[in-house]
Amino acid sequence: MQEAGIESVKVSANTEAIIRAEKIEKYYAQPSANRIQVISATDLSIVPGEIVALLGPSGSGKSTMLRMLTGLSRPSAGQVYWHEQPIAGAEINVSIVFQSFALFPWLTVLENVEAPLQARGVEPGARRDRSMKMLDTVGLDGFEAAYPKELSGGMKQRVGFARALVVEPEVLFMDEPFSALDVLTAENLRSELLELWANKTMPTKAVFLVTHNIEEAVLLADRIIVLGRNPGHIRTDFKVQIAHPRDRKSESFTQLVDYIYKVLTKPDVAPAEAPEQQTGPKVRDQRQMRYQMLPHARPGGMAGLLELLLDKGGRDDIYRLADDLTFEIDDLLPIVDAAQLLGFLKIEEGDAAITESGTEFANSEILRQKELFRGAALQNVLLLRQIRRALEAKSDHTVPEEFFLDMLDEQFSEEECLRQMETAVTWGRYAELFDFDAGRRRFILPDAQEEEIAANEEVQ
Amino acid sequence: MKLHPLARTLVTARTWPIVIDAGVAACGLAIFFSIVSTGAYWLGKPVPVVPISHSIGALPVYAFYSIVRIFIAYLLSLCFAVSYGYTAAYNPRVEAWMIAVLDILQSIPVLSFLPPVVLAMVALVPGHQMGIEMGVILLIFTGQVWNLAFSFYSSLKSIPREMIEASRIYRYSAWQRFWQLEMPYAAIGLVWNSIVSVAGGWFALIACEMFTMGDRNFQLPGLGSYLQTATASGDMRALLAGFAMVILIVVATDQLVWRPLIAWSDKFKFEQVESADRVTSPILELLRKSSLFSSLPGRIFARIEEPIYRRMAHTQECRIVHPIDEDATRCKPSAKLWALAGAVILVITYGAVQAIFMLRSVTWPDLRLLLEGAGATFLRVNSALLISAAWTVPVGVAIGFNPRLARIVQPVAQVLASVPATAFFPILLIGLVRIGGGLGIGSIALMLLGTQWYILFNVIAGAMSIPSDLREVSSLYHFTRWQRWTRLILPGIFPYLITGMVTASGGAWNASVFAEYSHVADRTLETIGLGAQIDAATDSGRFPILLLATIFISLMVVTMNRLVWRRLYRLAETRYKLEG
Repeated sequence: MQEAGIESVKVSANTEAIIRAEKIEKYYAQPSANRIQVISATDLSIVPGEIVALLGPSGSGKSTMLRMLTGLSRPSAGQVYWHEQPIAGAEINVSIVFQSFALFPWLTVLENVEAPLQARGVEPGARRDRSMKMLDTVGLDGFEAAYPKELSGGMKQRVGFARALVVEPEVLFMDEPFSALDVLTAENLRSELLELWANKTMPTKAVFLVTHNIEEAVLLADRIIVLGRNPGHIRTDFKVQIAHPRDRKSESFTQLVDYIYKVLTKPDVAPAEAPEQQTGPKVRDQRQMRYQMLPHARPGGMAGLLELLLDKGGRDDIYRLADDLTFEIDDLLPIVDAAQLLGFLKIEEGDAAITESGTEFANSEILRQKELFRGAALQNVLLLRQIRRALEAKSDHTVPEEFFLDMLDEQFSEEECLRQMETAVTWGRYAELFDFDAGRRRFILPDAQEEEIAANEEVQ
Repeated sequence: MKLHPLARTLVTARTWPIVIDAGVAACGLAIFFSIVSTGAYWLGKPVPVVPISHSIGALPVYAFYSIVRIFIAYLLSLCFAVSYGYTAAYNPRVEAWMIAVLDILQSIPVLSFLPPVVLAMVALVPGHQMGIEMGVILLIFTGQVWNLAFSFYSSLKSIPREMIEASRIYRYSAWQRFWQLEMPYAAIGLVWNSIVSVAGGWFALIACEMFTMGDRNFQLPGLGSYLQTATASGDMRALLAGFAMVILIVVATDQLVWRPLIAWSDKFKFEQVESADRVTSPILELLRKSSLFSSLPGRIFARIEEPIYRRMAHTQECRIVHPIDEDATRCKPSAKLWALAGAVILVITYGAVQAIFMLRSVTWPDLRLLLEGAGATFLRVNSALLISAAWTVPVGVAIGFNPRLARIVQPVAQVLASVPATAFFPILLIGLVRIGGGLGIGSIALMLLGTQWYILFNVIAGAMSIPSDLREVSSLYHFTRWQRWTRLILPGIFPYLITGMVTASGGAWNASVFAEYSHVADRTLETIGLGAQIDAATDSGRFPILLLATIFISLMVVTMNRLVWRRLYRLAETRYKLEG
């Protein structure tokens, strides 16, 4: 169905690969026998002459993948090769452009660009010439004596590019390089990057881009890899063969964007490859675990989304919704996921369709909304159900947070446990299922209900 | 376009560059001379009791000796703090231990270490004045080093992850990382902590340049001895002159050293956009205009640096990218490490056992006296804290809500906090003797002198940080005075108040050693308290009592920190944080 220029690639063990990852995995050991799998065994290679984009929802381990491929992070299992040599001992030549720029604020623009050359022992004279030339290339001529804090975001990222390119890296890695910039600046930088790449002005053989922006990926990449989460794995890997310059409005472009949305919004479609089981500690597949992963969304956000959906006749393309709200898809997806989890909407073919209960929710006033939310939460969210049960069962109607954290940490990383708990608290407070005393870190039954329950007990 | 590396400084319009350059050169010569003369004095025969002249003409010389001591102690502290912080931050195996040690050491009052330290140093460097000097310097060092080490450590720990990743992916050597990432990132914390450290150094210095231990007297030429002998002989004129000298030095340090340093360290602020208000320093401007000063250090540094970079670049270490998550697992415990750990444990056990044996000679009456003293000192320290808080909170809030007043008062309070309370003390003592009061109240007054400024300027800062829209809300809804204080002001200043109180409490404990026991005009004033017992034990050379009293103080301080201050701190950080 995708004549638009998609051709599934089976990445063969390409001999000319610059970087080749072989069954790399990332997991964190837990005190118990379980471990948290972040990325399941994955093969991936970067070959000369292509721009690869790595796409995926948050939590799919995009950044972790990038750090393993650059040697900044060691895979828990598997091996990364640099020109067929294990990466840990190889003299690799890569650069990273960071989302936060990661410039040294106490160095001038020139000194920032010179620093990597200094680390390689280049003579001061040559260092300065090469850096000035690179600053010229990225359009920062005349700014060499300025400090980064005097520059705008876009200019800072230009310095970031100059610093990355001045060492003439074989592979240029970019970790969401445009997401801290405003829309116009980002667009501008993207087209300049493409120009540098097309004209071979930059000495780089391959570019590896991590992004959550689907359009950005389709605009820039020769090859797109989509990651799924829990644990991170490759969902699909294909070539983009639309000619440059690419037109966002063209049919082939929008078709491709739509296709990727469908892949992203349907995480349950069969994953590409089953992770290979290893000897050693047992790995639990998080998809079969007891607790659902609560999407980090606020009830208010869900209500807003549902109301908007209702205005649109109860059904709309998620991509268009994000566009209407000028949301990044990454910000919208958790809200959609949450509403789906609570049964307020359904995902069909990349469209979000409101359900009956969702319609009632969107049409109600606040107190009734809370009531509906309470019902849906108790029915669909195990953690909230457990908290509520525990509170009702205990004679003093209070339970420490730690009790539930202990149960969650079987399944989630420490950080994720806290985020899960935070979301549960937000939802529970909204639904008036319980109160949370942040000072003592305890859940308590709301006063009115406590009396009610006490009364019931007396009657019995 | 080719730019000279120093193009920016060279084109600055300058006024009388020659005069300033000459001045800088003269300073260099003066420093050379002082090093030579200090060296001659230090390497001379040991003279435990240097006679102190009370003439005002001799004062600059004494001040000079004291400043040299402080300076050397500070340099030592800085080097030690940096290496300690570095080791702790990058060796996960010893990290927890090193930080616990730091936490305890910084709460032990330094003055009680004085006698053993001096004796040890005299024994180590026999035949030179340097032995005694080193003892005193070491003592000042122990008063300065901990907060510096702590600051450096926590700066290293809070470097943003992406900055570290950038330094790894571009294969920085440890040398380059240190000078281009770690040091600059830690600079601001180090400057501010240096101010606190040097103030602590003056406090200790004035107390310990002159002391008696058993039958041995020590008296080094310096401001501290000058003040103490003046007090002992009741020479009011000399005392006031000495006191004026101390104030002069503190103010001069503030203007000539700290303010330029703060202004200079502004460029290390880790911020994405330039902030509007910054500290300015005319001295720094002047130095920047001196072409000698602005180009010479850079050139010298480049000379030293370039070969190092070139050499480091070709080592195996710098050719590969080091994984970040490997740090924790890299160093597998080797046999050598175990042997070292074993040796350290043995030495520590031996020392501890010996110390416990020493404690056997303490009798029950001694112990009872010590416990009573501990109670008395505890009450005294806490009442000093309460009194400080009681007056500084309303005053500080009033000042903080009035920005124009705050701009004037805050620097003054900071300077006052830097004036060592030990220098005030003689004047207070003579006053007490005149009106016939005892040390019981006097020592509280001394602790107040030392501690209240910290609380004051923290409260001012806290009141200034309360957003004006919150204050507008409180007046819009006609909050009563009570509501204003309980709903807005107290919660708003709470974190700052706690920070001030913690610092003040440490200062008060330290002051207790000095405050409860004193010689004035041939009389010995004393009151019940641990501090007094430490001093008395020093005078009579009774080490077991000294040791036990020090243990008591340390225990009390550490317990207070753990049980009270740390909890309040956590509360301040979680509940009472005003987030913008």
